[in-house]
Amino acid sequence: MAKHQTPLLDQLESGPWPSFVSDLKQQAEKRAKNAEGLDFQVPVDVVDDLMGLLELSFKQGRTHWKHGGIVGVFGYGGGVIGRYCDQPQMFPGVAHFHTMRVAQPGGKFYTTEFLRQLCDIWDLRGSGITNMHGSTGDIVLLGTTTPQLEEIFFELTHNMNQDLGGSGSNLRTPSDCIGQARCEYACYDTQDLCYDLTQEYQDELHRPAFPYKFKFKFDGCPNCCVASIARSDMSFIGTWKDDIKIDQKAVQAYIGGELAPNAGAHSGKNWGKFDIQKEVIERCPTECMVMDGKTLKINNRECTRCMHCINVMPRALRIGDERGLSIFAGAKAPILDGAQMGTLIVPFIEAEAPYTKIKETVIEPIWDWWMEEGKNRERLGELMKRQGLQKVIEVLGVDPDPRMVQEPRHNPYIFWKEEEVEGGFQRDINEFRKHHLR
Amino acid sequence: MEYEEAKAKIIEELTKKLKSKSKFYFNDLANIIGAKPRDAKKIVNKMVEEGALEYWSSGSTSMYGMPGTGKQAHSEGED
Repeated sequence: MAKHQTPLLDQLESGPWPSFVSDLKQQAEKRAKNAEGLDFQVPVDVVDDLMGLLELSFKQGRTHWKHGGIVGVFGYGGGVIGRYCDQPQMFPGVAHFHTMRVAQPGGKFYTTEFLRQLCDIWDLRGSGITNMHGSTGDIVLLGTTTPQLEEIFFELTHNMNQDLGGSGSNLRTPSDCIGQARCEYACYDTQDLCYDLTQEYQDELHRPAFPYKFKFKFDGCPNCCVASIARSDMSFIGTWKDDIKIDQKAVQAYIGGELAPNAGAHSGKNWGKFDIQKEVIERCPTECMVMDGKTLKINNRECTRCMHCINVMPRALRIGDERGLSIFAGAKAPILDGAQMGTLIVPFIEAEAPYTKIKETVIEPIWDWWMEEGKNRERLGELMKRQGLQKVIEVLGVDPDPRMVQEPRHNPYIFWKEEEVEGGFQRDINEFRKHHLR
Repeated sequence: MEYEEAKAKIIEELTKKLKSKSKFYFNDLANIIGAKPRDAKKIVNKMVEEGALEYWSSGSTSMYGMPGTGKQAHSEGED
């Protein structure tokens, strides 16, 4: 018999989709039975009380979580998010219900041994409820008490060689796509860059000194599988400088039907014969492709790396050989000024270890500017909007590039700075008077 | 600014403001000692390490305060 009656939660189970309520009930039952004979370090009925609390919140239309609290383990300013319930007498199991963020492995490659170890720790020292993965990308462990925080941290670091992730006004756990480990579209080694920057910027990850959160995400190609362009303050997206490589025989094999378009991803339904004109050439956003007899031609100068043609015909078209990445800055979710996508700040940069150029000419100047000029709780994208792209370009010390332009300007005025004008704002009045009478 | 001098200045200012608030943004601390963020960070980190300051976080934003100050530490039994 459930500890609390939860008719409103039960209703959520009636829909067609798997329900978190069913998962919670299963977990509550598992803890109550305790078949493994664990010496639970947090209340055994934590999950029951969580459901009871949520039911109450649904009934009243208000939350019973307080806002924030202790941050975590000694020396770390992130990785633990203090959560306290404001009805501890009614729901003692969730009086403390802290979240721990654990850094996910690159590309989210796990061994089953790692997952077992992690779940064993969490079953013993936490509620057993996990969120794989939070939208930042990290492993989120939901619900433990204050005395367990250091214990869990010790076991993670000493027994699993695993660190906590970022939270608060920190660099958040950097997140990457599977990259060259599995994907032939990857233009650089996303996992290597992600790991390198994670190690390099440990201080930024664990000791909050930024105005607000800051996220790095790494996509190996413009397909953007981790959506870095929409979700990270600094997004690294693989690209290439030279031409898309074409295998004309394979193009004919797609046309002839020997090869399935999109690697067979849409084969569940009869879409008819593959039509290269309709499905590839006419879908090119810059109209840079044409069939010249039996030869596919691409005007590569016009290509904007939309990836559509490569996705449809991966055996025939391949990314170029001169590879690197583009850097976008300022993406964020709504709150102030609405959601924003990243703005292109570096059209192309080489991505070779030890990545010194990326660190010293892009990341660090941007951070220095934002730390100095950013208001409290102002994201990089908001600062960029407030001070303008011109300022970003100045901070980076680069020349403006047409590829940075997102839209036609909506301000008709151009304000020049004195140093941008030849001879400055001072003039030689005698020289002027030679040509202009008083 | 020397570490001890900066520390004393931060503690003095934070104590003065205790009546109205107990949690401060990193920028507030940097302004108190008039240092650039990167230099201020070294001082603030050392103060946290020594236990003269402690972190507070809502989950999305981080703030700093003197240990045991503010309502929350007491009400949650964390002081």
